[in-house]
Amino acid sequence: MTVAQQPEALNFECETGNYHTFCPISCVAWLYQKIEDSFFLVIGTKTCGYFLQNAMGVMIFAEPRYAMAELEEGDISAQLNDYAELKRLCEQIKRDRNPSVIVWIGTCTTEIIKMDLEGLAPKLESEIGIPIVVARANGLDYAFTQGEDTVLAAMAHRCPSQAPVTENEKNERNAIQKLLHFGKKKEDVVQEESEYVDHPPLVLFGSLPDPVVTQLTLELKKQGIKVSGWLPAKRFTELPVLEEGYYVAGVNPFLSRTATTLMRRRKCKLIGAPFPIGPDGTRAWIEKICSVFGITPKGLEEREAQIWAGLEDYVKLIRGKSVFFMGDNLLEVSLARFLVRCGMTVHEVGIPYMDKRYQAAELAMLEKACQEMGVPLPKIVEKPDNYNQVQRIYELKPDLVITGMAHANPLEARGINTKWSVEFTFAQIHGFSNARDILELVTRPLRRNNNLKDLGWDKLVREEAKI
Amino acid sequence: MKLAYWMYAGPAHIGTLRIASSFKNVHAIMHAPLGDDYFNVMRSMLSRERDFTPVTASVVDRHVLARGSQEKVVDNITRKDAEEHPDLIVLTPTCTSSILQEDLQNFVERAQLEAKGDVMLADVNHYRVNELQAGDRTLHQIVQFYIEKARKKGELPTTKTEKPSVNIIGISTLGFHNNHDCTELKKLMGDLGIEVNAVIPEGASVHELKNLPKAWFNLVPYRELGVMTANYLQTEFGTPYVDITPMGVVETARCIRKIQQVINEQGANVDYEEYINEQTLYVSQAAWFSRSIDCQNLTGKKAVVFGDNTHAAALTKILSREMGIHVVWAGTYCKYDADWFREQVSEYCDEVLITDDHGAIGDAIARVEPSAIFGTQMERHVGKRLDIPCGVIAAPIHVQNFPIGYKPFLGYEGTNQITDLIYNSFTLGMEDHLLEIFGGHDTKEVITKGISAESDLNWTKDGLAELNKIPGFVRGKVKRNTEKFARDRGFKDISAEVLYAAKEAVGA
Repeated sequence: MTVAQQPEALNFECETGNYHTFCPISCVAWLYQKIEDSFFLVIGTKTCGYFLQNAMGVMIFAEPRYAMAELEEGDISAQLNDYAELKRLCEQIKRDRNPSVIVWIGTCTTEIIKMDLEGLAPKLESEIGIPIVVARANGLDYAFTQGEDTVLAAMAHRCPSQAPVTENEKNERNAIQKLLHFGKKKEDVVQEESEYVDHPPLVLFGSLPDPVVTQLTLELKKQGIKVSGWLPAKRFTELPVLEEGYYVAGVNPFLSRTATTLMRRRKCKLIGAPFPIGPDGTRAWIEKICSVFGITPKGLEEREAQIWAGLEDYVKLIRGKSVFFMGDNLLEVSLARFLVRCGMTVHEVGIPYMDKRYQAAELAMLEKACQEMGVPLPKIVEKPDNYNQVQRIYELKPDLVITGMAHANPLEARGINTKWSVEFTFAQIHGFSNARDILELVTRPLRRNNNLKDLGWDKLVREEAKI
Repeated sequence: MKLAYWMYAGPAHIGTLRIASSFKNVHAIMHAPLGDDYFNVMRSMLSRERDFTPVTASVVDRHVLARGSQEKVVDNITRKDAEEHPDLIVLTPTCTSSILQEDLQNFVERAQLEAKGDVMLADVNHYRVNELQAGDRTLHQIVQFYIEKARKKGELPTTKTEKPSVNIIGISTLGFHNNHDCTELKKLMGDLGIEVNAVIPEGASVHELKNLPKAWFNLVPYRELGVMTANYLQTEFGTPYVDITPMGVVETARCIRKIQQVINEQGANVDYEEYINEQTLYVSQAAWFSRSIDCQNLTGKKAVVFGDNTHAAALTKILSREMGIHVVWAGTYCKYDADWFREQVSEYCDEVLITDDHGAIGDAIARVEPSAIFGTQMERHVGKRLDIPCGVIAAPIHVQNFPIGYKPFLGYEGTNQITDLIYNSFTLGMEDHLLEIFGGHDTKEVITKGISAESDLNWTKDGLAELNKIPGFVRGKVKRNTEKFARDRGFKDISAEVLYAAKEAVGA
């Protein structure tokens, strides 16, 4: 790449991949809540079950719409018939929960024993009459949030390819209904449509909490852009229509497989934009979508400035401070870019996997942010090595380390401020209004330590304690 | 295949990792895919560890699947050996390596050529044993390894200690109240005039293991962890062991009498009866509690008990024998050791339940409608749903079951803690009923907290839908703020857009 040769360009490295992250099957935790009529069946071992049980915490007790199909020795040695076993379990799920879709999550074990889930699913689907979507979200291939990527990529195949019969035609068939609603309805529709500019259909992809979906949809509405649908929708039965030539845009940096599937298999056009994280990212995201549709954005600059002004009390806490991302959820580049804009220096951006094409706009924006803010460009470390990173952290003494729970307490005990990275995946961080929530998270350790600073309790391990 | 979303005992490798990381300066390397190092999070979170958990993964990825681990495992072992100089590296197989069937023993032998520390392969099969069994085996394996090593070098001590002494076997990281229990046991041994020769595995160094034969006897407080090791030491060195859990007043006395017998057989000539009497009647409050009016009120109340073998059996005996409570059923998830459990509790409860299916447990609780439940975190949540109080007595547990304050379950202080736990569970339930019968503390309902009971503003459909998504406890506040915002700006209708604009305006 030409960019890489310039001295002031981002520096990409790749380490050993000995790092801590969540298993990608954790995506069931937020996806079953997002897709309300789904049931997630994780086909794996006790190890997978134990992870989910512990990672999901109290959610587990709320009769979640997820379960393990726990493989036993007979399944591994093929003494039991996979098809018959899965059929038995899926019929039980149908009986007890009657979901609109069953999502099978393939795991490391199904990969190793080469269980043909993609082959079994269509057969079983026609037999029990419930769609079965197969996603191979396993730890052999993916990290944490990439689990959602595999599920959404599989869902992309299930989006209807033709718009259903339009309202008008339906109305004609139901004359009485039409008569009853005639005057009012028509007026409403016309008025609604006129708020939008005429542009090709746009579908957004990425699972976000419903309030954030509303916020981003309204944000685009202000520019006259209509969001035709979201992948995923609240219900599986409401998956958006995807016709050839539709435009799609991602809201999260870890959705590269979904993006690829939408482009290659559904012939959609991808709008490559930075992600709407932080006011700078949100503005750039909207501007990029506007530019693709030939719309001149209105009032964005003022909007961004206004949001920044509202953030000042938080920003002043972190301005001039440094941050180190150990890397585990792929949000790192976007967060780093936002924090640079807040005046922080980023030492290192660890990241499990770096898709330079899907994240191109985001990377360019990070580079630009560093140059404009006059701070050095961070090193981007793909597949990091946690042991080496901890050594670098000891050397660099960053003001804040964003890391997983395995390292947070030990680093705190050594006087290093940490923020637990997983919170960024569960908190509402997208759009203009949620920028404050990001900073609420980032500044929490600093605010806490301001409160305790005079107590002299920084280092709580004995000197010679090793890493 | 089995449909499940909750399990009582974890997978085998968790047991091995618990043993390895309990020892000082022992490192475990898991042969596992990315994300299986969840153990580190648990240890760091639940037991609030200050130090890095000495567990790393030799990651199994696509390449390993295609070509085998080859040099990777060996490299990872020798690298860790050079970085941290552990005394021992335990290569830990997972469900993944069970199916891949790579020759891990061969990797261990190759790595041992280069490594300065010792290297061993944990002998556990994911599909045959669970967390508890694996822990028991791994502890045995490590002890055996170092005993044999010392024997080869001629470093095994041949004599017992001068005064009576004990090895306490089975205290481990992430064990239910293990650290507090350990302190209490040490105190008890001190009272009895018995030296503590070693505590394993928690906090022990593998170099101490060769001294295990010096003890007069071994004490195994928990049924699930340490029996294999104690048996091994008995066969090798004739060291007797005491495996009576000193939990509850009667069992603590029984444990102490057994210790007395064991050491008197070796010429100690001690009599602990006076000590037991003093503790029972005046130091521990549990015996007095049993006589008190408080406890009388509990007579015949129905309870159910579920947990691991050690805790469920001990609690059943305490409830029934020491407090006169009616234990309708007692159960364990240690299916592999069910006979022991049956034998222990049969005479103290109406029915014995052996299962690891949380659904069956939930149904059994609902059927019985006890006044209190004593179980794991899962039973606590069943209790919440059914409005029945629950005292947590066994793993699986959450962070609140790793208290900072001193809360042993064993020994005489343990009897006090258990008494509180039991009594508090029951009275809470009673209070609830009284409130229900007499209509609660305060029967006047608050009509409205809104500043504008009759709002002149119109909430549109989407605005209202959005408002309803906001969690109940802040909804009123958001509604008021939004209406204020709308009124200030002269909006007549409140849509979702207005709601979010108001949110931004107040900077929330």
